Amino acid sequence: MSTASEQPNYNYKVVKYFAIMTVVWGIVGMSVGVLIASQLVWPELNFDTPYLTFSRLRPLHTNAVIFAFGGCALFATSYYVVQRTCQTRIFSDSLAMFTFWGWQAMIVAAAITLPLGLTSSKEYAELEWPIDIWITVVWVAYAIVFFGTIAKRSQPHIYVANWFFGAFILTIAVLHIFNSLAIPVTMFKSYSIYAGTIDAMVQWWYGHNAVGFFLTAGFLGIMYYFVPKQAERPVYSYRLSIVHFWALISIYVWAGAHHLHYSALPDWAQSAGMVMSLILLAPSWGGMINGMMTLSGAWHKLRTDPILRFLVVSLSFYGMSTFEGPMMAIKTVNALSHNTDWTVGHVHSGALGWVAMVSIGAIYNLLPVVLGKKQGDMYSTNLINIHFWLATIGTVLYIVAMWVNGIMQGLMWRAVNTDGTLTYSFVESLEASYPGYFVRVIGGALFLAGMLLMAYNVYKTVRSASDEQANLAQA
Amino acid sequence: MTELTTFWHVWVSAIVIGSMIACGILITLTFKNQKYNEETDQTTGHSFDGIDELDNPLPKWWMYFFWSTIVFGVVYIFIYGVGDWTGFGKWSSIGQWEKEVAQAEEKYAPYYAELNKLSVEELASNKDALATGQRIFASNCALCHGSTATGALGFPNLTDTDWLYGGTADAIKHTIANGRNGAMPANGLKPDMTASERSDIAAHVLSLSGRTGAGDASKGSALYTQACAACHMADGTGNQMVGAPNLTDNIWLYGGSEKQIEFTIENGRAGVMPAWKDILGEDKVHVLSGYVYSLSQK
Repeated sequence: MSTASEQPNYNYKVVKYFAIMTVVWGIVGMSVGVLIASQLVWPELNFDTPYLTFSRLRPLHTNAVIFAFGGCALFATSYYVVQRTCQTRIFSDSLAMFTFWGWQAMIVAAAITLPLGLTSSKEYAELEWPIDIWITVVWVAYAIVFFGTIAKRSQPHIYVANWFFGAFILTIAVLHIFNSLAIPVTMFKSYSIYAGTIDAMVQWWYGHNAVGFFLTAGFLGIMYYFVPKQAERPVYSYRLSIVHFWALISIYVWAGAHHLHYSALPDWAQSAGMVMSLILLAPSWGGMINGMMTLSGAWHKLRTDPILRFLVVSLSFYGMSTFEGPMMAIKTVNALSHNTDWTVGHVHSGALGWVAMVSIGAIYNLLPVVLGKKQGDMYSTNLINIHFWLATIGTVLYIVAMWVNGIMQGLMWRAVNTDGTLTYSFVESLEASYPGYFVRVIGGALFLAGMLLMAYNVYKTVRSASDEQANLAQA
Repeated sequence: MTELTTFWHVWVSAIVIGSMIACGILITLTFKNQKYNEETDQTTGHSFDGIDELDNPLPKWWMYFFWSTIVFGVVYIFIYGVGDWTGFGKWSSIGQWEKEVAQAEEKYAPYYAELNKLSVEELASNKDALATGQRIFASNCALCHGSTATGALGFPNLTDTDWLYGGTADAIKHTIANGRNGAMPANGLKPDMTASERSDIAAHVLSLSGRTGAGDASKGSALYTQACAACHMADGTGNQMVGAPNLTDNIWLYGGSEKQIEFTIENGRAGVMPAWKDILGEDKVHVLSGYVYSLSQK
């Protein structure tokens, strides 16, 4: 390697693989999302076949965007960040490569079994027991690679991004294993070992922390490296990062019960879930403040740098959805929002606005580096700029449509006539939701279109890098 | 389900309140040990891959904001309780529900009591009652019978005059209040029925509404007497006592094609209409009956 004199010999190959698959799975997962959003407007798109019905494609969409797209982004960035901030090569090349192929195998297994209707029926944990065991194996390998790299670091301290990655890896292991405990009946069918309310509580302890640790802690790790790196500014406050890290990881695990307000869950557990969700607001915002303030003195760069814009807008959406979440966890608000499209909008302001945008920004930053170029040196900055606007407008259309739908549904469902009967039947609220569903399709399609531009940009960048290397070899 | 033991209640309460207090201690101590109280350009001295960390203090507004959520949390827990302690507010979700139901009862009962002075037939021409009945129907019955009450496969049309259990006001009200369980045994009363016999019976059944089938209708007629006539009657006009449909009017609950009829004979049918008495209450069932009765009175 040409820069070997000052930098350790990093393993960029596994990073490159995961980075490229991030884009591929992003396109696949979001395409399925656009299809099922369209099915809600045009039910004919279910094509009268069980394999393509909404009920089977919806878990395929969630698994593909969270675990395939988000997962690959986390693997790529964590392997990249942990090597560079520890100034050491990854712990084991072969084990790291195993996590790549193992994770891809899991995704393919999910893409086959879910349309076939094989599901454990636990939200965000639908995959059946053999795949769950496989995930555990791959995840343990991931933990060994990650913590092994930390252990052999040549830096005295551990950078804050790595705390977040570490907390995410450990907690997801615990969540995945305990939520997936089941008694297998056949190769493709198992039953949860928990029953009734306890099953629901374990499910949402898992479900909310899949959001909290997979989609928040992990992506805060991304933020803590790529925001200062792209802005070329020091992190705003080390102190704030410690405090909000410990507060975030200790409070988040309690918040899941807010998914079960007004259910058979004991009242006190619901109350604890609500209170913890509210207390979570300040620790969540700690990350946003730290990221935003890191830009002080570098705001002018936003004018010319669309990658930085991705990162900053992702922080804005993060701040907005982590405010919205605690509000929705308040029982009185939840009585209006529960089971409406508002929840779907909230999830997507986090998923599109925060998770996807921060990942996209990070991939644009690191991909040229692993190809031997300068950071952010993609084939076309213009295309990144167009991608940025498509993603931003798409996200805004999506979440506004769902806010309008959700609040309208909540109000329609509770409207009562003078004789005590409901003013609207369910079907009427569904009919009223059509315009919002249509706008959502447009928003999702714009976001997807941006991802296609990204794929082209990535392809061109990889091609030009290999051309340069070929020229170099000839010379 | 067994209750949690005292140990678990104490355990959970300690962690819930402990976590909140720990957050308070965390920010207090971090705040106290700050090197700088204003924004600074001093770093901690760590540098990672070219990234420095400034030693800025915790933003004050953020810290007070954090504190206010902690205080809110503690106060909320004291009012709403934790573990088996119900808190000073004595609130419970079931208590809130019972209160709201009682309030609704008090508010709306007089209206329904007034309408209950009228008979089902009278309600069918009462504008208020019909409007109320239609809304009760839309929220409770339309799921199966359709918002226009014209039914669907397996769910009877309520706007025609073909009634499975009778279309009098009393019969309709009885059906709504107590529900119905329609049961047709597989192969009727002839469990050893062969496929060709089924085809013959289907041909006979089709002939009752003036159609023909692939089987031998005359053979089918004899088999029908043996296997089907007990409920559907010898002439096929059905029996409302047991909810056996009329087979002569070309109105079909489970589809009238030859294939569908053979399927019904082979596998039997089980139709369930839930009882609404305990869900809606007698008064609303009465008003709803008026609406349903009105549907076939045109």
